Amino acid sequence: MKELLEGSYAVAEIIKRCKPGVISAYPITPQTHIVEGLAQIVANGELNAQCVNVESEHSAASVVLGASAIGIRTFTATSSQGLFYMAEVVYNIAGLRLPVVMTVAARAISAPINIWNDHQDVVSLRDAGWIQLHAEDVQEAVDLHLIAYKIAENNSIMLPVMVIMDGFILTHGVETIDMPEQADVDKFLPPYKAPYKLDVEKPMTFGPLVDPESYMETRYAIQETLKDVLNLIPKVTAEFAKVFGRTYNGLIEEYKTKDAERVIVAVGSVCGTIKEVVDELRAKGKKVGVLRVVSYRPFPAQQISEALKNIPKVAVVDRAVSLGSIAPLAGEVKAAFFGKAKKPKMISSFVVGLGGRDITKDSIKEIFRLLTGKEKQGEFVDLKPELLKENYEDPV
Amino acid sequence: MKEIRIHARAGQGAITTASLLGYAYFLKGMFPYAFPSFGAARMGAPMNAFVRVDSKHVRLRSQIYEPDYVLIMDSTLMRGFNCFSGLKDNGIVIISGNEADVIIPKAKAKQKVFFVPANEIAMKYIGRPLGNTALLGAFCAATGELTMDDLNEALRHRFSEKLQDGNIKAAKEGFELVKSKIK
Repeated sequence: MKELLEGSYAVAEIIKRCKPGVISAYPITPQTHIVEGLAQIVANGELNAQCVNVESEHSAASVVLGASAIGIRTFTATSSQGLFYMAEVVYNIAGLRLPVVMTVAARAISAPINIWNDHQDVVSLRDAGWIQLHAEDVQEAVDLHLIAYKIAENNSIMLPVMVIMDGFILTHGVETIDMPEQADVDKFLPPYKAPYKLDVEKPMTFGPLVDPESYMETRYAIQETLKDVLNLIPKVTAEFAKVFGRTYNGLIEEYKTKDAERVIVAVGSVCGTIKEVVDELRAKGKKVGVLRVVSYRPFPAQQISEALKNIPKVAVVDRAVSLGSIAPLAGEVKAAFFGKAKKPKMISSFVVGLGGRDITKDSIKEIFRLLTGKEKQGEFVDLKPELLKENYEDPV
Repeated sequence: MKEIRIHARAGQGAITTASLLGYAYFLKGMFPYAFPSFGAARMGAPMNAFVRVDSKHVRLRSQIYEPDYVLIMDSTLMRGFNCFSGLKDNGIVIISGNEADVIIPKAKAKQKVFFVPANEIAMKYIGRPLGNTALLGAFCAATGELTMDDLNEALRHRFSEKLQDGNIKAAKEGFELVKSKIK
């Protein structure tokens, strides 16, 4: 049914339909409306779940870890500093092979304190062993949660998933949503049956001390499983399309790239703005396109290099920085071409939209324009030079 | 595509205004994208809300710099800031306040500006100075984008029964006021 919903409440509605047994909640802007919405849904008796209000994000993650370990479908959501505060538990959830699904309202990191959107929080946790899927709009954010549980709980995968939606832009964006019907959700996502769990009848140890004799194999196993996830995602999205009628690739999305001379690679909601610019420039005869990375982890390097191998000029747009090194997505896109014969003549790298700096159509046009010049490395777009002047005058 | 920019102070209901507008458009089968932009997270701080609406899914995610319509929920915001910035040549501005109290930028030939004592209207019908529904009524009359039926349905969807009546009356008075100025 078509509805008009704020992104956060739309996520709460789809989580209700996924029927988690345990939800942990700790508020942080711009995520708060998601768990607030779920708390209301549980209080209304629309969902039979235990909603646990905790005292910190460290506990929010610990609650879903524990509940997942006893074989229950779980959900929580966080953002920015909250994600960092739960970081050690985030790694543990993946190491314990627990299929937790968590929404992250992507937001900048302190200091200075900033509540607005960029991707520094999720990029910083990319190596934790979680699957990371980025939504472009609210509909996709809704749908990715169904896809997330389906992948996470696959007994040959058993890894957690972060569904990432841009803070404010999507969490507080009110859009028309085709909300999946409960009967279809039930068909697509049957109840979770854990292949192993904490059970007093059949005692089992999770996460014991593992010495150098066997630790390395646990890491290798996750690495190998994430390769399997690359193969599984297109199968799950195909199944999703059959039930719900909406088609996603799930790994990457190519928009007008086939004959393009210049292509921007990006992640998340900014891709909508880029598509608008692509259409405008195409109407003027410019051959431009955009490649959207949906699955940031596992990283679909093969699919990306295949899609871009004949594109002369590529710009990678990051909404995060790896301070002291190349921008994160740019580094990975470049690495995807290592040792390949066919590759773009130029891969430029741009940093945009940090801490909620608005990314306009002009910002994107400037990036396409800069692609006609020399290769750029980590070029910051839309900087304000007047703020960069050093001024140490005595305030007295 | 139409773009609407709302200037307000946090607590004045700008987000509600944007989602009411969005819902009224949604009822007509249009595709709205309503979103806020907060400044400092405290009551009274200047903030914006936006509505971008089209006959197809809206992909553009930037803020609105060249609005078709501007709603100003607190005329004191214009003391230090040009709320008319980027207004389209045939754009329409609706200001909550009295014409005598504020100096506004000189409008271009085809631009229109309407003042509505929205908070006074709200006091009369709702008992609180929340003039957003009166402004929305004014929006319907000034722009012709939405009918009062569209708006009233959105108001009924949004407000509990207790609050519906006052808000519908406030919207109607805002509508009539602008309608009489156009004639």
